[in-house]
Amino acid sequence: MQSLVIVAHGSHLNPDSSAPTYAHADTIRASGAFDEVRTGFWKEEPHFREVLRTVEGDEIYVVPLFVSEGYFTERVIPRELRLAGWDVDEWDSDGLSADQATLVAADIDREVHYCGPVGTHRAMTDVIVRRAESVTDDADVGEGFGLAVVGHGTERNENSAKAIAYHADRIRERDRFDEVTALYMDEDPEVDDLPEFFASDDVVLVPLFIADGYHTQEDIPEDVGLCADYTEGYDVPEPVDGARVWYAGAVGTEPLMADVILERAGDAGADLRGALADVRETTRVATGD
Amino acid sequence: MADSAPAAAADDDPVAPAIELSAAAFDALLAAAESLGPDERLRLEGVTVGLDAAGTDDAENADSANAGTANTADTANTADTANTANTADADGRFMVEIGDERRTGLDDRDLHEVAADHAAAVTDWYVFEHVVGEFGPRRAFLRWLEDADGETVARRYAALADGVAREWGQLRVTVRLTDRGERRYEVRHVDDADVPRTDLTAYDDPLDAREIVRSDERGRYRPLKTAPTLRRGWVFADLGPTDAYETVETVYPATVANWYREREGDLDVNHWRETMERQSGIYGVVKTWDRGESYHHVNWVAEACCDDSQCLKRREWEYDDETDLDVDGGDGAFPCREPCSLVVSAARKWTRLESEQSRTYEFELTPSEKAQVEAVIDAVADGRTDEIREADTKDDANRYRTRFLRAKRFDDDGTLGGVPTDPDGGE
Repeated sequence: MQSLVIVAHGSHLNPDSSAPTYAHADTIRASGAFDEVRTGFWKEEPHFREVLRTVEGDEIYVVPLFVSEGYFTERVIPRELRLAGWDVDEWDSDGLSADQATLVAADIDREVHYCGPVGTHRAMTDVIVRRAESVTDDADVGEGFGLAVVGHGTERNENSAKAIAYHADRIRERDRFDEVTALYMDEDPEVDDLPEFFASDDVVLVPLFIADGYHTQEDIPEDVGLCADYTEGYDVPEPVDGARVWYAGAVGTEPLMADVILERAGDAGADLRGALADVRETTRVATGD
Repeated sequence: MADSAPAAAADDDPVAPAIELSAAAFDALLAAAESLGPDERLRLEGVTVGLDAAGTDDAENADSANAGTANTADTANTADTANTANTADADGRFMVEIGDERRTGLDDRDLHEVAADHAAAVTDWYVFEHVVGEFGPRRAFLRWLEDADGETVARRYAALADGVAREWGQLRVTVRLTDRGERRYEVRHVDDADVPRTDLTAYDDPLDAREIVRSDERGRYRPLKTAPTLRRGWVFADLGPTDAYETVETVYPATVANWYREREGDLDVNHWRETMERQSGIYGVVKTWDRGESYHHVNWVAEACCDDSQCLKRREWEYDDETDLDVDGGDGAFPCREPCSLVVSAARKWTRLESEQSRTYEFELTPSEKAQVEAVIDAVADGRTDEIREADTKDDANRYRTRFLRAKRFDDDGTLGGVPTDPDGGE
């Protein structure tokens, strides 16, 4: 019996935090790729500490719904899941290349395949592009548009900036958008100076965050100048210094994220039973309206 | 595997409803019987099934071969009673034991006849072996709901025909029996026990419970699933066993798994100290709150956060494995095995606040005003402010009364009695 466990941060304060986790879990359930799909959280229930004991399967894939390798994926999750003998070297990662480690979870005395975070997977690049399509409601968006990929930056973790730059580079190589730039909240180039980095009249701004919350709903809109105060709201697109900014909100809410979760489990050896094609198609329909 | 409870019926046994043996249940029984080894038995309540060695080529005396394998009081004298065995069909593959009677040489049709006569026992076995499945927490929970490990099939079926209800936190789970021995489950809020189903919003997908548990009656986000703030007005009216379990799992995640471990005697409790020692990052500071001098601060945490009025889990963790807390752990059905993320998060705040030293302030309050301050604190701590009527100025925590106190006793800076919080120049 093959089980998928999606682990995410969750929140004590904000119900939107876990919403994408549940949505992607539902998409994957519907795909039939796994006999069982469970979700576990750091701040909600079931907690990381207890989620594995709710899992019935014997072939278990744990996929962290986090944007980058760092404190949570390397320290908190392995500790709380009680992955015996975990060492970050198991991933042999340069900050972007964590794939999976197979370890016994002491809590259930069964092996689990602990996967790298979704945010650094190559398929995440497609989700960022899909997010741009969704927010502009244009499946061919690119020509005449600039794309800004926005993330935290290095304040907490140098790998955070690496993931942003990685996807921005990959999108730029596709030659689809007129301009592609990685911007950060707490280091240069800063998202506050967005118009300085783009000559295009239209700029899509995609934050590399898993869920909408303080950063994506309050911080970034104010920093970019979409609004003086987030409570006032803003339009999509919203004019900022002569450019039209299409603010996409957290990329993690894009339905295609389910695809990246599947890819992570597939890379770790899960039999996806043809689900990848299904999910790409169903999430495309879901974003077409 | 199967139940081996004696089937001796007492006079006061309730009458079990007539059960129709489903094809699925019989097919499962047939398959299970066929896969038995020569010395193995499938023991259902009131009837034992085995392969009939005489019906095979290489066994000459099945009776003596089988006698040593019987392990219940009812079947201990199998060898003796076998002399009176009723051979239905010389070519039949099966044998059955019913009480002291032993029948050999049964073919599929004969076995079906026996199974139909014992449809309650067969369907009961089928439900738990094949529908509910092996997963320990689910199986134990669904058996607990109908007291399957304590009562006979006959008594249970009689009760289940009318519906058997159990409470789990604020859930009321009712099991009913169909005339084919299947179980159907209804899940609703305990306080809606007597509300007609048609007055409740009906759901059938367990995952829909995520919407129900997300916010309380007033629409406020519920960060703690086991807080006693589950809203009312909904019903999962007709669930199968797996969906019933999943609904409970969605409303109260991991509670069944932890309850199951506790029943099995291996609940892994992590006490306060080891839990705080484990914390890192922004929560690493919490371990500094423990100074090895006393555990009173943890009493206060447990009283603040873990009381039954705040959380329905029964706190099993203590200060450490040698030091119990002085406050009650509660009466919940399911255990709490370690301080949860809300407690850790709050403890981080208290670690900072509790590093301050007490000071002596001097205020002027009338005796009634002092009592009023206490009442206001109580009202907030007990979540009672919404219940206090606007014009009920007799209530010490009434809003007008509190506003009056503020108008009288606070200065323009919002400082009580005009006494600075930090006389050395701070706020």
